[in-house]
Amino acid sequence: MRQDALPVQEREPAAQRPSKPRGIWTSSIRRREAFDGYIFILPWFLGLLIFILGPFVAGFYYSLTEYDSLLAPQWLGLENYERILFIDPRFWLAVYNTAWYVTAAVVPQVILGLLLALLLNQKVRGITFFRTIFFMPSIVPIVASVALFIFILHDRFGLLNEILFQIFGFVGPHWLTSPDWSKPSLVIWSLWGIGGGMIIYLAGLQGIPETLYEAAAIDGAGALRCFWKITIPLISPTIFFVLIMGIIGSFQIFTPVFLLGGTNYGQAAAGPMDSLLFWVVYIYNQGFFYFRMGYASAIAWLLFIVLVILTLIQFRLAGRWVYYEDEATNR
Amino acid sequence: MAHIALDQFGRKPHQVARTFLLYCLLIGLGCLFAMPLVWLISTSLKSSEQVGAWPPIWIPYPPQWQNYAVAWTTGHVSLYFVNTAIITLLATIGQLITASMAAYGFARLRFPGREFLFAVLLATLMLPYVVTLIPTYILFKNLSWLNTFKPLIVPAYFGGGAFYIFLLRQFFKTLPTEIFEQATIDGASNYRIYYQILLPLSKPALSTVAIFGFMQHWNDFLAPLIYINSPEKFTLALGLRQFIQRTEVRYQEMMAMALMMTLPILLVFFFFQQYFIRGVVMTGIKG
Repeated sequence: MRQDALPVQEREPAAQRPSKPRGIWTSSIRRREAFDGYIFILPWFLGLLIFILGPFVAGFYYSLTEYDSLLAPQWLGLENYERILFIDPRFWLAVYNTAWYVTAAVVPQVILGLLLALLLNQKVRGITFFRTIFFMPSIVPIVASVALFIFILHDRFGLLNEILFQIFGFVGPHWLTSPDWSKPSLVIWSLWGIGGGMIIYLAGLQGIPETLYEAAAIDGAGALRCFWKITIPLISPTIFFVLIMGIIGSFQIFTPVFLLGGTNYGQAAAGPMDSLLFWVVYIYNQGFFYFRMGYASAIAWLLFIVLVILTLIQFRLAGRWVYYEDEATNR
Repeated sequence: MAHIALDQFGRKPHQVARTFLLYCLLIGLGCLFAMPLVWLISTSLKSSEQVGAWPPIWIPYPPQWQNYAVAWTTGHVSLYFVNTAIITLLATIGQLITASMAAYGFARLRFPGREFLFAVLLATLMLPYVVTLIPTYILFKNLSWLNTFKPLIVPAYFGGGAFYIFLLRQFFKTLPTEIFEQATIDGASNYRIYYQILLPLSKPALSTVAIFGFMQHWNDFLAPLIYINSPEKFTLALGLRQFIQRTEVRYQEMMAMALMMTLPILLVFFFFQQYFIRGVVMTGIKG
């Protein structure tokens, strides 16, 4: 223990805690602190091993086997991956559908969410009331909101098609039951929850000091210029956060598709003509419907790899457009 | 353009127009966003003839309160309500205890490997849940925990989620160091500091975690779907799914049940709105 505690003392830069009287921090107190620290993080650490790292590694092992969760896994090597990538057309359909949905859902989430936040950042009477109105849909339980949209988007007596027909004289599409409109339907549903991102933006916007705008106004800058030169750079970390989280979240869309699965329990849910066969839906169907746990694990690992690559690319690109205040002031 | 800074003598015409336009936008969009929820409430009080009527009936008269009674009994809401409440309560308590412990360790105690372990914690934030889904299922299967509440509760007692640890750590870091140093000098152990100083000081942050945890467990769909089979152990989310997937859908009752599931969330939101926003602010700023 004593051996363990010493290097920390050396590693801690003296400048970091200048006011600390050295004498109080004898090595025995340091050892005690380190020991207690381990005790405090122990539940998390065990959870990390049991529920995250363990399953993470086990999943990779399963992905190299054929496994129905009853008999012992049969070693296959890379066969699952080969089948998925080169033979299975449904996997590529799932990739296509997922890419479609992620693009169509995240772009408005990022842009409309920001515009909405700008609107709700205005200082007018009753603005908190409006903020509540826009934020509330994002906390409605997902099952409840899907139930609601199944009803609203019903092709015959749904509110949307009624309005389209009765007011605009336009026969609306079979939203959720047509392969062409099922993905746009989910985008509409996801737009209703845009308030979650909006509130994050709002927090970012309120962190921008008012004095910057005042100074810019005195210098003769117009509203549009203020927006591009002050607002956007200063909330670019928030935009980045919403973007990353939006992509990771939308990539894993599952629940609405499963709920839409329809009345036939005997079939794996994937929307009309597989139009809602998303990546996670496919994982679920392979793993928990056909009990091909090995195959499903391989699809899950591919998802992981793609998300890691996408996130890394975004962090790379972030250097070009995301502006971190503390970085700039430290320079 | 100089008038922006100079305008302090009452409103100029362009400002009135601007405010007017602003309210038009706010009210228009507000109606659009509020409409689905209003429709949910109004449909839940309609008779079956009124459900698909044109023009749409926004305030059904007389309100059909029995829709709730019917949904309550046919949807087994009382049973599912209790099940969901048990899971939510026990899991949220576990989250609060172990997440605050870990956050205290990471925020205030120095030990070898702390920075590395914290980096690992942040990395797990971005790990997609599906990667661990199947092996975790097999783990619980091997433990014979399938069709029990244990898979939905026990993991919460092992750290309670990286997100909450991160959130609490950020808060603990803002507390003045002097309090902790003084307590240490006075001979308080770290456990006492955690229990008697840190936790009482951190009520706002703990409330935020409690609310987020409550929402997470109350709304959870995938985990109950995978781990629970027998109808008598269903949660509200699974019960509502049964309603959605019934062959003969009665929308007024489906909406009644959806509202009953949503109501606790909305109540918590209205009573603890400040903690909601604070939690979002804490996560948003850091990026």
